[in-house]
Amino acid sequence: MQDLQSLTEEALAQVAKAEDLAGLDQVRVDYLGKKGQLTALLKGLGKLSAEERPAAGAKINEAKQQVQEQINARRAALEEAAINAKLAAETIDVTLPGRGEEPGNAHPVTRTLRRIEKLFVRLGFSVEEGPEIEDDYHNFEALNIPAHHPARAMHDTFYIDPSTVLRTHTSPVQIRTMEKAAPPIRIICPGRVYRCDSDVTHSPMFHQVEGLVVDKGVSFAHLKGCVDQFLKAFFEADVPVRFRPSYFPFTEPSAEVDIQCTACGGDGCRVCSGTGWLEVMGCGMVHPNVFASCNIDSDEYTGFAFGMGVERLAMLRYGVNDLRLFFDNDLRFLKQF
Amino acid sequence: MKFSNAWLREWVNPQLSAQELADQITMAGLEVDGVEPVAGDFTGVVVGEILACEQHPDADKLRVCTVAGHPDGEMQVVCGAPNARAGIKVPFALVGAVLPGDFKIKKAKLRGVESRGMLCAQNELELGEDSDGIWELPTDAPTGTDLREYLQLDDVAIEVDLTPNRSDCLGIAGVAREVGVLNRCPVEGPAIEPVKPTIDDSLPVSLMDGEACPRYVGRVIRNIDVSAQTPLWMQERLRRAGLRSIDPVVDVTNYVLLELGQPMHAFDLAKLEGGIKVRLAEQGEKLTLLDGQEVTLEEGTLLITDGKKPLAMAGIMGGEESAVSGETRDIFLESAFFNPLAIAGKARSYGLHTDSSHRFERGVDYRLQEKAVERATQLLLDIVGGEPGPVHLREMEETMPAERHITLRRARVESGLGVKIADDEIVDILTRLGLEKIDQGDEGWTFLVPSFRFDLAIEADLLEELARVYGYNRIPSVSFSAALDIVPDHEVELDGTILEQTLLARGYHEAITFSFIDRDTAALFDPSAEPVALQNPISADLAVMRTSLIPGLCKSLQYNLNRQQDRVRLFETGLRFVPGADLQQQPMLAGLVYGPRQAESWTGGKEWVDFYDIKADVEALLAETNAADEFRFEAGEHPALHPGQCARILRGERQVGVVGALHPQLQKKLDLPKAAFVFELDLEAIGESRLPSFRPLSRFPAVRRDLALLIDADVQAASLVETAAGAAGEMLTDLKIFDVYQGEGIDFNRKSVAMGLTFQHPSRTLNDEEITAAVDAVVKQLEQKYNASLR
Repeated sequence: MQDLQSLTEEALAQVAKAEDLAGLDQVRVDYLGKKGQLTALLKGLGKLSAEERPAAGAKINEAKQQVQEQINARRAALEEAAINAKLAAETIDVTLPGRGEEPGNAHPVTRTLRRIEKLFVRLGFSVEEGPEIEDDYHNFEALNIPAHHPARAMHDTFYIDPSTVLRTHTSPVQIRTMEKAAPPIRIICPGRVYRCDSDVTHSPMFHQVEGLVVDKGVSFAHLKGCVDQFLKAFFEADVPVRFRPSYFPFTEPSAEVDIQCTACGGDGCRVCSGTGWLEVMGCGMVHPNVFASCNIDSDEYTGFAFGMGVERLAMLRYGVNDLRLFFDNDLRFLKQF
Repeated sequence: MKFSNAWLREWVNPQLSAQELADQITMAGLEVDGVEPVAGDFTGVVVGEILACEQHPDADKLRVCTVAGHPDGEMQVVCGAPNARAGIKVPFALVGAVLPGDFKIKKAKLRGVESRGMLCAQNELELGEDSDGIWELPTDAPTGTDLREYLQLDDVAIEVDLTPNRSDCLGIAGVAREVGVLNRCPVEGPAIEPVKPTIDDSLPVSLMDGEACPRYVGRVIRNIDVSAQTPLWMQERLRRAGLRSIDPVVDVTNYVLLELGQPMHAFDLAKLEGGIKVRLAEQGEKLTLLDGQEVTLEEGTLLITDGKKPLAMAGIMGGEESAVSGETRDIFLESAFFNPLAIAGKARSYGLHTDSSHRFERGVDYRLQEKAVERATQLLLDIVGGEPGPVHLREMEETMPAERHITLRRARVESGLGVKIADDEIVDILTRLGLEKIDQGDEGWTFLVPSFRFDLAIEADLLEELARVYGYNRIPSVSFSAALDIVPDHEVELDGTILEQTLLARGYHEAITFSFIDRDTAALFDPSAEPVALQNPISADLAVMRTSLIPGLCKSLQYNLNRQQDRVRLFETGLRFVPGADLQQQPMLAGLVYGPRQAESWTGGKEWVDFYDIKADVEALLAETNAADEFRFEAGEHPALHPGQCARILRGERQVGVVGALHPQLQKKLDLPKAAFVFELDLEAIGESRLPSFRPLSRFPAVRRDLALLIDADVQAASLVETAAGAAGEMLTDLKIFDVYQGEGIDFNRKSVAMGLTFQHPSRTLNDEEITAAVDAVVKQLEQKYNASLR
């Protein structure tokens, strides 16, 4: 049986030496296969006596099993190494950028409009739109701005013909809405507006959002509440807001709304021309003449309206320092939003 | 309206600094635009007297002056001003003085002659625009007095940007009244006493149009001395209000305008050929105005005439011929009330805007005229002397503005403003503003509106006055409440933001371009349309309304290409303006792609976009309607697009858009190195989506068969697919073209098309015979219709 032990040791050594699965299999065939050396020992059992045979057979089988187990273990190890090698070969540079389209950006004016709309739609306002080439009646007359009214000079109107203009504000949408709908009304009217004025701080086209609330029992205090809450929500800050008496023919009382300068916190700087305040919108209680032109009884209903420049708000919110950038459509600008 | 703070303080003087006052009136609705010092920042300048003046030995243009005024005695000053001469008084900057701009005066030698100090021009002290020579001060100016003290320069000019409704504040008197109300303090102007006439002369006045001019006050003053100098104090007040001193008569009328808000005019009496006749102009009459320009008058312009010829454009500007000049001895003073409606818009129609028209078109106190004449007379007599005639008033009672009464309901104050104001305070505020309480009842009060408040007509106007004086910022901010009804949501109306999001996800950036473009560009893209034109465009670049959004996107493309951006993907939404008898303002969505298909990267970015890239983007948009099958693309034509790479997009029979390559000629004109691809869709036409409607899923296997066909090269895929689908029967669930090949190995006018057909039955497994029959039917149809053959 001396042979068995040395043969087993030899087989185990071969198993350990096997470098790959093919080599390992060769070892298995060499020792455990049908013609393998250990298998051959079993065949030699016939030469032994019947008494000796069972013990010797058991020993050989034990040795075979031991070799088989080592082969299995070795195979598992080799297989794992092979997988690891494959994985290592498949390693990529995960820091390289991904493949495919880079998403674009909404224009900052649109982005700002959407924010404004979102805040008001939550309050049950609906969004209304209207024509940009507007008749004199809706842009002026119905808004209590008769022909030759000095307030018309404040508007720098573009004319298509004497009775047709490019709307100078989105207020005509108020009129168009009140003409067709009965109170209560809660709307905002976003859109392009046009003024015949062009310099560093004026663009001949810009965007406004106009708001209108008409209902029973609406007061100036409600207007203040609405505007104040909107501005604080828009700027996500408890920004001081003040109301200054002003004049718009279509509201009475009328107010300009200032917020404390977002750049200097009220100390006075270049952005606020040293005043510490920034004018951000105009507002007021709907003028009874405006109600009259829409057949709404101003004794029964009151209302307020407000209007804001979208570019102005976008500039303050995102720190844009030049109005003209909004319409150059420079990709280096657009990609920032 | 700009005025000197010191002047205002003579009328009303609350315990507030100038800045505090400015803030206060701003918060009351008189928005202060600026508070500026009335002079430059300087020290060490005194009233100097030139005692002697001699030629500089070595410089033609310089003079050597001996000047008094320095506390240490006479000084020698070299001066280059042409008007330097002995006997005049001038601003004298002493050695050690600091002039505006931190300019320090030191001892100096000019061409070898010592100079101790400097004689100053107005502009060097920022005291006026005059830079022609040294400033000649009045001869009675006390030599040696500090100039700041002498001119009372420690003052500021307050500029108020008045809203058009507040014409009552276009004079010191009105601003003072407002300040008095806000501070509850007394307001008192200079005493204005009627000036007793010393002669009987007067001019008859006829008011031919009582609506336009219902009130006219005139006065003759004879024997004035127009060579007299306007006193420095008056010149300074005018200057601080932004007006230049002209001559004493004009200065006085301007002074009264600033003080009381009444525009006035003085005529040279000698130039008048008869009495004053105020009438409307006839078409084509001519008048040469004070500014020298001859205007041809339009019918309806109100004129002051002497019965023979036009003298002045009423309330806007006087005429040159009848103006006061150096030879004038007798004048006729006019102080009138012109109806705002008669003046409004007139000045602008002649391209004019004057201090007078500005006031008349907003409304001048219609009871102020006599007072203004008396004030002007008083001032004139003090300066130019003369003999005044009686004040002559002509008034058309029936066309005078009607007295206005406004009833204010107590309950409305609280319900309208959302704050309760005590009765006493309500009456006090309104009374101080000049309203007169004429009735009082349980419900509220009735007030008479003063003649200077053109903006008060209805109850809401009084609410504003109350709120303004009470303080907008003392009114609470309250959340409004409303019934929050849930309203139906129209699911099939495509939310515009979805299309926007689709394009953003596909790498487009949103652009916003002007709605007006230049006419030539408009014609390049849409030669057949006559676009809607602006009457008063800001420039030729922005002159006509766009009939398409594509030109604007192309311009943005150029802009970006010029800034080294070589891959551009832009879209815009907005209206296009389709001209015609019935102008259409259509919301559109347009897009443009240019450059590599992918951004430059290690994975690609070398291939350029083509038609099918942008078509996929359009298809993605159409797919958002959930009704992509309602749309089809047809080879089309568009003047701006490549004739072979242009598709019309139809929904049913309605054209809803276009997609294609920019026409190569246009591409060249726009200087684009490579082809750009564009699309434009009618948002309304694609805005309606289809409500999803569930179809049961088949549990049985689908079978796919592929066909490779040779067909004529000009057969379009859409026709092929339509025919194939029609022939394949109801079990066909999908049909796609997965390969198109033209070229080597195939007849040059044929192409190879491979299509995959998928069949599935909802309730059973299809057998081979059924599928084979369907495929055979397809092949047969294609053979017949398109001369197709199986490869």
